[in-house]
Amino acid sequence: MNWRLINWQSQYRTLAVLASIVIGLIAINFMPVEQQAIAGWLVATTLQMATPLVLAGLGGMYSERGGIVNIGLEGIMLMGAFTGAAVAYYAKDPWLGLLGAVMVGGLFASIHGVACVKYKGNHIVSGTGIILFGTGLSTLLLELVWHQKGQGEPVTNTVPDLMFPALLDHPFLGPAFSVISPIVLFMFIITGVSWFVLFRTPFGLRLRAAGEDPSTLDSAGVSVQWTRFIGVVISGCLAGLGGAYLSIGFGSAFAKEMTSGRGFISLAAMIFGNWTPFGVLAAGLFFGFLISMNYFIQIYFPILLPFANFIAMLPYVLVIIALGLIRKSVPPKAIAIPYEKEKKG
Amino acid sequence: MSMSMEYVVELENITKTFPGGVQANKDVTLRIQKGEVIGLLGENGAGKSTLMNMLYGLLQPDSGKIIINGEEVNLKSPQDAIVRGVGMVHQHFKLIPVLTVTENVVLGLEPILKKMDVRSIPGGRTIGAVLPIDFGTAAKRITKIGDENGLPVNPNSKIQDLSVGLQQRVEIIKMLYREADILILDEPTSVLTPHEVDELFVTLKEFVKAGKTIILITHKLRESMALCDRICVLRDGALVGTVARDDTSPQDLAQMMVGRPVVFTTEKEPKTPGEVILSVQDLHVLDNRKLEKVKGIDFEVHAGEIFGIAGVQGNGQTELIEALAGLRKPKSGIITVDNIRISGKRPRFVREAKVSHIPEDRHKRGIILPFTIEENIALGNHYRPPFAGGPLNAVLDLDTTHSITENLVEQYSIKLSSTEALASTLSGGNQQKVVVARELSTKPRLVIAAQPTRGLDVGATEYIHEVLIALRDSGVAVLLISAELDEIQNLADRIGVIYDGQIVAVKSPGEATQTELGLLMAGHTDEASEEGVAIS
Ligand SMILES: Nc1ncnc2c1ncn2[C@@H]1O[C@H](COP(=O)(O)OP(=O)(O)OP(=O)(O)O)[C@@H](O)[C@H]1O
Ligand SMILES: [Mg+2]
Repeated sequence: MNWRLINWQSQYRTLAVLASIVIGLIAINFMPVEQQAIAGWLVATTLQMATPLVLAGLGGMYSERGGIVNIGLEGIMLMGAFTGAAVAYYAKDPWLGLLGAVMVGGLFASIHGVACVKYKGNHIVSGTGIILFGTGLSTLLLELVWHQKGQGEPVTNTVPDLMFPALLDHPFLGPAFSVISPIVLFMFIITGVSWFVLFRTPFGLRLRAAGEDPSTLDSAGVSVQWTRFIGVVISGCLAGLGGAYLSIGFGSAFAKEMTSGRGFISLAAMIFGNWTPFGVLAAGLFFGFLISMNYFIQIYFPILLPFANFIAMLPYVLVIIALGLIRKSVPPKAIAIPYEKEKKG
Repeated sequence: MSMSMEYVVELENITKTFPGGVQANKDVTLRIQKGEVIGLLGENGAGKSTLMNMLYGLLQPDSGKIIINGEEVNLKSPQDAIVRGVGMVHQHFKLIPVLTVTENVVLGLEPILKKMDVRSIPGGRTIGAVLPIDFGTAAKRITKIGDENGLPVNPNSKIQDLSVGLQQRVEIIKMLYREADILILDEPTSVLTPHEVDELFVTLKEFVKAGKTIILITHKLRESMALCDRICVLRDGALVGTVARDDTSPQDLAQMMVGRPVVFTTEKEPKTPGEVILSVQDLHVLDNRKLEKVKGIDFEVHAGEIFGIAGVQGNGQTELIEALAGLRKPKSGIITVDNIRISGKRPRFVREAKVSHIPEDRHKRGIILPFTIEENIALGNHYRPPFAGGPLNAVLDLDTTHSITENLVEQYSIKLSSTEALASTLSGGNQQKVVVARELSTKPRLVIAAQPTRGLDVGATEYIHEVLIALRDSGVAVLLISAELDEIQNLADRIGVIYDGQIVAVKSPGEATQTELGLLMAGHTDEASEEGVAIS
């Protein structure tokens, strides 16, 4: 492999990130034990809150790198959350639940894919349809399956957490990492895998080409339609998984509209992360951190409670500030433009 | 069957009509032998690109047969053409600026790391799509192809950092990488400098020696005479004739193309220039990467004068033009038009100072492809009469826009289905005509014409030359920037040679030969150039 293709800047960035993690850990090590516990709790909550955002954000990235805007993530996540809970509930197997969520997510996204890729529909209109459809259908199915209005029956067979008893006694590492969901670990793995797929494999190269200039991809003898369609389907699979994490990973039941806007925050994370896997991971972790700060304030500084909503708003405000003032993010060039052969330009 | 075996490509009775009703090809039959160089000539919009796009599988004919190497084929996508050895360099390059040379070249045919390549086993192609690309081997192969064919290029640079000439090199390497032996080149020379054209032709001749077949589309008759064995002429979508090179002349070809005799050197009366219109003093301009590209330029263009700037691409012309048109703020220096200072002002201010600008990159600066032709004609003047009217000029006057467009279409013989068609449906040359028509119709005091005839057929080139001379005669100042020495020598009253961000010499057209200008453009000083001529 030709490592020269990595630019130095991104290597420095990686070094900077690693260095700040090490410095952070050392600093935490010198804190009083109670504060270390709080820090550990913050880290664990950040990871939990970030996981659905990062998974769906990576999904959005696959779709948009290929040129298809997917604002339907919210609806797809809801369907994933529902399917995960329903399958785990009946089959009594959380892994089947996850599998079902991934499949239904992919299926749902493929509706969007057919509408946008094959029939060259408007991405925003179709995506809005997916949101409404996913929200409505998951709510309807909730009533049909569990005969309840707001929340389904608790699922007993949720995804088992991984335990690391060795860490238990450490004041910081214990609360942070001793009990961790495999889906959280998967988030890190899939980020690395996505980087590899996007920048090192034929599929990734073709996907990026489809999003930058589909006529060039066509002229290179590759089907633009298939490439774009697969990108959209992957986005649905990841968003479905992100949704299932809410209902059977982190939580243990499906609730009506339980994603509460996470699909949109994950789009913000994708843009903030400049359509790159590690960027999405960093942005998702950052947003997750803001959400957990919100909990932190609610628990430790109840006096600030009236401002909780304000803090919940912060991720969005930060995205706007960051995108407007700090740096320009560069979306794929041909995004949201249907590819039509018999039209030049 | 045995008869047809000697042809590599046979196009039989090809007809193609676009949605919207333009019949781009009418019953075209063309047979090409192995190892031949075929020239394809025709006016803008004659259907040359369309015909070749069908041979490359990008478009599908409505009727007719395509036979490659004796086998009748149904090309559903370029993939079908690529596997049969057809390669194409498109009129507007198919390269992705943000990707590297290697990534662009291997796209669609990526090598997989050897020990992991499973693409030969069933289902392996799908798995192969997510296995690591062997960038190292690919880069080596690209370097090798480049070295063997005299097309050196750095496989790790990004396309956006390469000059147009180098980008074209990448396009050719892309064909060779796919082991194409039927090479289609759609106007490969229109963006090249004379020197680059010479290099390209040396390369193409090598290809022919190696047994490859070449189809060359060009508007420059001299080029087709220099390289082609046979020349086919298309007019209005139909094949009007095929002639052997030795039986024809540029004059005959031009007549076949446009249906009337064409004058190659436009006559112009001597004229004493009037007052100074454009004055540039000690201009310094930076490029996007903050490198100084224009390094202190001074010149004046007078009323009734065509001042030509000749130079190899990348010597500061782009930045100079952009600074003059208000598209780029100069670092320092003064530009005035009619004694109004325009340096550092916005493009609208510059336009209102009666400056017209024919940009060198029509897609980037000249037209908006998804807009209609009428909208493109109004663009830039859309906010003032005659294009806008009503209170505060807030309403577009569509009827006037329509009639103005109709007039220009007539005057410049722009080939289109309707003035309300999208600019993206026009052939490359007709897009250029729209830009030129808009810019020259606004009664300017100064015209900045950058490569004004790039991609235009001989008839249209002749017409635009006439218009530029008529403007000069009526007292307009014309600044002509062109890579084409013929054009510059023909039109300009004075020629400035730009090299490395400076005007290194100003000559009158009679005073300097093409060789001298060429040497100056390559950075030789005046004395050195004389020596150079003496030696050669
Ligand atoms: N996608 C399209 N949709 C509709 N009409 C088109 C399309 N592409 C080309 N045309 C029309 O078909 C005709 C032939 O176009 P083509 O691009 O083949 O011309 P050309 O001979 O290559 O001209 P040029 O020398 O200007 O490049 C033109 O009238 C053009 O307007
Ligand atoms: Mg053409």
